Amino acid sequence: MEKFITIQSRAIPLSIENVDTDQIIPARFLKATDRKGFGDNVFRDWRFKKDGTVNEEFVLNDSKYSGHILVAGDNFGCGSSREHAAWALTDYGFKVVISSFFADIFKGNALNNGLLPVQVSADFLSELLSLVENNPETELEVNLEKQIISVKYSELSEDFEIDAYKKTCMINGYDDIDYLVNNKELIEAFEANKIY
Amino acid sequence: MSMKTLFDKVWDSHVVSSVENGPQILYIDKHLIHEVTSPQAFNELEDRGIPVFRPNQIVATADHNTPTLNQDQPIKDDLSRQQLEQLSKNCKKNDITLYELGHKYNGIVHVMAPELGVTQPGLTMVCGDSHTSTHGAFGAIAFGIGTSQVAQVFASQCLLLTKPKSLRVTVNGKLKNGVLPKDVILYIISKLGTNSGTGYFCEYAGNVFEDMSMEGRMTVCNMSIEMGARGGMIAPDETTFKYVKDRKFAPQGEDFNKKVAYWKTLPTDEGATFDKEYTFAAEDIEPMVTYGTNPGMGIKISETIPVDENPSFKKSLTYMDFEAGESLINKPINFVFIGSCTNSRIEDFRVAAKYIKGKQKADNVTAWLVPGSKQVEAQIIEEGLKTILEDAGFELRQPGCSACLAMNDDKIPQGEYCVSTSNRNFEGRQGQGSRTILASPLVAAATAVEGKIIDITKYLN
Repeated sequence: MEKFITIQSRAIPLSIENVDTDQIIPARFLKATDRKGFGDNVFRDWRFKKDGTVNEEFVLNDSKYSGHILVAGDNFGCGSSREHAAWALTDYGFKVVISSFFADIFKGNALNNGLLPVQVSADFLSELLSLVENNPETELEVNLEKQIISVKYSELSEDFEIDAYKKTCMINGYDDIDYLVNNKELIEAFEANKIY
Repeated sequence: MSMKTLFDKVWDSHVVSSVENGPQILYIDKHLIHEVTSPQAFNELEDRGIPVFRPNQIVATADHNTPTLNQDQPIKDDLSRQQLEQLSKNCKKNDITLYELGHKYNGIVHVMAPELGVTQPGLTMVCGDSHTSTHGAFGAIAFGIGTSQVAQVFASQCLLLTKPKSLRVTVNGKLKNGVLPKDVILYIISKLGTNSGTGYFCEYAGNVFEDMSMEGRMTVCNMSIEMGARGGMIAPDETTFKYVKDRKFAPQGEDFNKKVAYWKTLPTDEGATFDKEYTFAAEDIEPMVTYGTNPGMGIKISETIPVDENPSFKKSLTYMDFEAGESLINKPINFVFIGSCTNSRIEDFRVAAKYIKGKQKADNVTAWLVPGSKQVEAQIIEEGLKTILEDAGFELRQPGCSACLAMNDDKIPQGEYCVSTSNRNFEGRQGQGSRTILASPLVAAATAVEGKIIDITKYLN
């Protein structure tokens, strides 16, 4: 996994609540057997019309906006457990998703793929959304070490929470498999003494 | 000794160790896999040279991508066929039991595993599918995981997790005629919203759940994820033990009795506390339908769509082409789907067939009736339900996830409404531009007969 320390980037505002993983990557694109290329179909049915033409109204198609940070409405990533959603977002180029609330499975999947979910207060999110919508040049900085998200050249910032273990993993590019495989003796001992 | 919840008891007995200031290593008893979320995990293990640690604790099935017609013939769609071939190859290579397409035990993972007795009280179970919460109906801790976690379980039979908080939803009283387990869970989600359970594991308590069959309990627990909860659980009792007894992978003879004695210790202790509690009265629940694009957007079938100025709410109604304040009664419907891991068990088809018996499917309706497994399919035939359904102009298809997520050819066309017994009404879930109305098998059956949504409550009274 790629190491994550600090990101400074413009952001793309997606002010829709309850964005589910079926929107992030529709089921018909889940037929691949590797992890590559899902970015082509991220938000497929919002980015493109049924006839395959580009939906100019969708924010990802608006050339005003760019960057590696997605700022999204409340309860982002709900629904299906498909990790393809995290793969699609990272493959498209996102490194951070900011929202006021994330669904559990999506959050775990994101962290396992070096995509940082940054949970902020509802007020901060709404301020951020309107700032980015109105000033697409707005630069954000996400500092994982200090756990701060801030708007460059302004006073606006907020601390965010992250599990200490996951933070270490993100910063060092570790994943859980290494940790678990290194604990095989403990696991075997547990199996030998199961109480149920 | 402190009082413990059902969830605490099962969780605590599976903790291998704890990372300092971090998550716990949780042991996983049973790992279910299917063709869509496992190939990348197998690849990852192979790339890293890690063997599958406990292949005999894994059960595989093909379900998401499979056609529901002509299953004996080669699959036409290249990508779907390759994904199934990959699953077969991976299972063979790693000594994993696979019930592939056409096998007498094949079916939707959350239907076939309980049928085979893989699902048992007190176990921890995972699958790369969010509706793994279904198995909580047996008093197991069961939840959906991502593919990286599938690889972790392959590698170590464990996961690194932070213990979720506890939530209890209690429903007591007498359910009205025509109110099914699906209505109970749609009602709960409509009251609590789609993220009230996020960060929690939910226990369902009260006589309404105690009185339900295992099929009904599975329907309820299945949709726990739709309110954000990673899993839902119901305390194991005689109904549970009776269901598990004598199934293929269930403990047999004296072993079974010993297990039952242990399972009886699992229910939540009196006085145990939960982080959050909700209580509802059974009498307030009616047959439910959804009107929007998430499962929390549900109303009693006799109610009208609420008025809400939230832009996401309005966007949702625009997608559905519904107006705030209108009723869904008499809405013409051209598609009906009875199936999915929520409602494709024998009981669901009994309910549908009982209503349909002696009536005829409306001419405007295309109805897909898709059993959850080969075993359900066989039982439908054995009980004579297939004849009833066919006499009424319905066709029974072959098992699989089908139109719940439309990965195969069972897609609802652009702009069409589908009254569906599945679990998600997300935009495009049942096919690009499709509009899903979630409901019980009874409401779905009535819609298929009438060609429009009717007030089933009135009909039954």
